[in-house]
Amino acid sequence: MSSELRAPGFEPSGASAIEQRMRRADALAAIYPTLARDDVVVVTIMGAVAAELYSLGHRPGFFYLQHAMGLASSLGLGLALSLPHSPVVVIDGDGSLLMNLGTLSTMARYRPGNLTHVVFDNESLLSVGGFPTATSTGTDLAGIAQAAGVPVVRRTDSVDAFAAAFDEAFAGGELTTILAKVEAAGPKSFHMDLPMLENRFQFRRQCRALAARAQLDKS
Amino acid sequence: MPVSVANSRVIYDALKAVDVRLVSALPETWLVHLIRMAEDDPEMTLVRLAKEEEGVGISAGAHFAGVKSAMLMQNHGFLASVNGIVSFAQLYKMPLLMLISHRGDLGELDPWQTQGGMVTLPILRALGIPSYPLSDPVTVPRIIRQAQALAESALTPVALLLTRDLMWEEAS
Repeated sequence: MSSELRAPGFEPSGASAIEQRMRRADALAAIYPTLARDDVVVVTIMGAVAAELYSLGHRPGFFYLQHAMGLASSLGLGLALSLPHSPVVVIDGDGSLLMNLGTLSTMARYRPGNLTHVVFDNESLLSVGGFPTATSTGTDLAGIAQAAGVPVVRRTDSVDAFAAAFDEAFAGGELTTILAKVEAAGPKSFHMDLPMLENRFQFRRQCRALAARAQLDKS
Repeated sequence: MPVSVANSRVIYDALKAVDVRLVSALPETWLVHLIRMAEDDPEMTLVRLAKEEEGVGISAGAHFAGVKSAMLMQNHGFLASVNGIVSFAQLYKMPLLMLISHRGDLGELDPWQTQGGMVTLPILRALGIPSYPLSDPVTVPRIIRQAQALAESALTPVALLLTRDLMWEEAS
């Protein structure tokens, strides 16, 4: 299935390594119970990963940024700073993060402890034909995150290691970027039965409810 | 430095008066006092950006959480943010209060500011973003209040252009 989505001539780096690579859908499924919690806010980028999370079961706290590549992490930072009592998870990708590398320096600067930044690196722009990104030729996003000053950076290459790193980040109270090398594969269809604006207003309502709950707990 | 402290204070107080509690900014000369005021204010969250477009996402996050925000940037920063403004703020109907210093307009001495200065208004118009100049400190609080109201009710970006008349104290 994945080969159909790849651009002609796309050769992932390390052909043997890719066979063992985790599937993003499995990684998402492993952390889904945490993502689906009532008190958790999740932001994804567009394309395959949004459709995969959606198909696991949509929640009011999930927002799928269907455009504006690169800004999912900035949105997550704004959310984490404005909802300091709610765990915020950003599900980013190599193509999106490469478009806004400065975000790593801004996140590292404010380092909200309630923000977990997951980067699924499939070394390709899968949703637009699978053309290889610079991570396929050696650009190391985890290294960049580390050098940008993100306090905790983890690299994972199996579903178990990923889920463990995620749980640790989630509980740890420190801004963490988790880089997960994944197979360049996605669902057959990216269709989601959720209009963008419906998602936007539902998500806003959920975030406001979380803010109100935090306010109530404080008083 | 002849950037007006008094008028920067008027702008800052007007932002506070409409409950802006998060400001994202990338420094430029005309904004120095505003940024320092945000920095010195324990009630304000100041997010210093690497590139202005990040501010579109950060303000969206603040809006979702019910926190009012504003972006402080130069017009070239606005130009650098256009995709984020179009494909996030406008596409998703986000209120976004943008305070944009209008460099390269009347009286500009720096040649490198002029091209951006001349295209700023046409681009705002092409994007359909309501835009108003801030040039008289007397009307600043009212216009900021009204711009904030419009951004929230129409769920749209609104641009307030900080003019040389307001920001610069040089005798002309």
